[in-house]
Amino acid sequence: MSIELVDKLTELLKQVTGFIYPNEIQIHWTLLIVVYPYITGLVAGAFILASLVKVFNVKEVQPTYRLAMLTALAFLIVAPLPLLLHLGHPERSYEIFLTPNLSSAMAMFGFVYAWYLMLVLLLEIWFEYRKDMVLWGKTEKFPMNWFYKILSLFSTDISEKAVAFDKKAVKAITIVGIPSAFILHGYVGFIFGSVKANPWWSSVLIPIVFLFSAIVSGIAIVLLLYMIITTSRGKQIDMKCLDRVASFLLYAVIVDFSLEVLDFIHRLYESEESITIITTMVLNKLSISLIVMQILLGMLLPLGILIIVKIFRFNQELRKLLYFVSAIMIQIGIFSTRWNVVIGGQMFSKSFRGLLTYKMEIFGLEGLLMAVFLLILPFLILTVLLKVLPPWGKNNETNTT
Amino acid sequence: MNRRNFVSLLSQLLVFLPFGGTFGAFLKSADKSLTAEAVTGQRYAMGIQISECIGCGRCVVACKTENNVPRKPFFFRTWVERYIIKKDDEVIVQSKDGGVGAFTETVKEKDILRSFFVPKLCNHCDNPPCAQVCPVGATFQTVEGIVLVDENRCIGCSYCIQACPYGARYMHPEKHTADKCTLCYHRIKKGMLPACVEVCPMQARVFGDLNSGASPLARLKRMKNISVLKPGLNTKPKVFYTDLDGEVR
Repeated sequence: MSIELVDKLTELLKQVTGFIYPNEIQIHWTLLIVVYPYITGLVAGAFILASLVKVFNVKEVQPTYRLAMLTALAFLIVAPLPLLLHLGHPERSYEIFLTPNLSSAMAMFGFVYAWYLMLVLLLEIWFEYRKDMVLWGKTEKFPMNWFYKILSLFSTDISEKAVAFDKKAVKAITIVGIPSAFILHGYVGFIFGSVKANPWWSSVLIPIVFLFSAIVSGIAIVLLLYMIITTSRGKQIDMKCLDRVASFLLYAVIVDFSLEVLDFIHRLYESEESITIITTMVLNKLSISLIVMQILLGMLLPLGILIIVKIFRFNQELRKLLYFVSAIMIQIGIFSTRWNVVIGGQMFSKSFRGLLTYKMEIFGLEGLLMAVFLLILPFLILTVLLKVLPPWGKNNETNTT
Repeated sequence: MNRRNFVSLLSQLLVFLPFGGTFGAFLKSADKSLTAEAVTGQRYAMGIQISECIGCGRCVVACKTENNVPRKPFFFRTWVERYIIKKDDEVIVQSKDGGVGAFTETVKEKDILRSFFVPKLCNHCDNPPCAQVCPVGATFQTVEGIVLVDENRCIGCSYCIQACPYGARYMHPEKHTADKCTLCYHRIKKGMLPACVEVCPMQARVFGDLNSGASPLARLKRMKNISVLKPGLNTKPKVFYTDLDGEVR
């Protein structure tokens, strides 16, 4: 056993209050496992926003459609990385795909992920961009023309009939995609919600809370990206679109907030064996991350702002500013939500008699720098995707859909 | 092969590759000939007589030595907890160094209502949540009902550690795989006792085969009042405690 580990655990042991089972001193799911549900939440949420256009015919939101799809893809590509990095034996991770244990919720990861990436996101983006890719394959210079030809799988047919089929396909995939997005993130919630040993996690509400917080964070990230990208391209932000996205954001926040309040009241009212230790933990260990960051700054403040914007008719500039601020606050809030679920669930002993501490590492595979890198990486991927598949078309041609 | 056939073949491969593994796992789980009774007829378990335990911690040391468990003060396959219930109903639980060495006194004798030691280990549940959640089946039940970890298969995801309600598992700091009590599987298969049972000076720990009416464990279960830890979680533990106090979790 390395001396650093002994020193680290000895330090942690001093900070234990009450009694914990001796093996509980080490927190196993750390910062990276906070990042993982945050990222998959953004994927599911961005996709739900995109589906509003195709399935529910919300025309105003159209300018964000392609951006939302590419955002979902960029984040989905990064989603398995935090999981992989946290494993004790990442080189054996393929066993999850080849010989999964059918009773394990976690073993379903491979199927859910592959399904969502291959059959939902990639397929929908391919059909959505097929006509453009065929055109770019003809108009772009070498070698990009070949790149687009390969991307379009050498299809050439852009007759009206073929394009109509593309549109139909996109709609059909979106219809399949909505429950898939629910499964993608509901499943992440289920991984926590089904642990009966842990009263902080064990709740049927957890997958649903995860889902709605995912929708909230996904809509907010697309709203942020839309504002930043449109402004940086020197274009006008479509205020009708922005107002509509903000409205959906407000509705999602209301549902999410109600669910969280319900969960809170339910726990307090049932007042089971674990309530004393959980209350102590929330007041002592999670006071900043739960009460201040998640509830006050991340939930009530943006909720208040979005309601005020709805009631009073502010001018465009002020509205933009307020939307922008609330979307950022929401990101902070949802990240804190993930933190409080993942880390909070490991800060109290399963003997319900004591609390322990999580000390975040800075360096190392599971450290802060890695987490920051994993949070920046999707934006780099998105930048590349936006260059390759610009949602607004090339050479100022108008959006083709 | 034209393009359409190629794409179709590719998509079939993508679907059926993982499906093959699933199908194999399904076949294996359906094979009833591998149940405990069918193969050996033995179901190993442990009994612990709380009133006999003096908290000497020799079982913890023996376990660490026998099984190459990382040395103190961290990581235990078995450990001893001391409970002190004070006259004002305050409950003090301690397990410094897992009970290795003496428990240091912290409470005045006149304030103590009752006090006792509780040795703990993996409960080798009949309905083990750890084996249920393991994504690759590295944690499994042997034909004798013992829950083991295959360290050559474990991917180190820690899900089993989260799922165990008893804190019986830890992540091995060198192997980076989950580790826990095996009931000294390597010893009992040779007819020996688990190390902790062997060294206990009070015979507080009783090992045996639940299916054998003559085993000391079967006798203990007949003669004493038996409880298990956290029965409400329906894990069906196979570590049976006599005289278990309600304060023990």
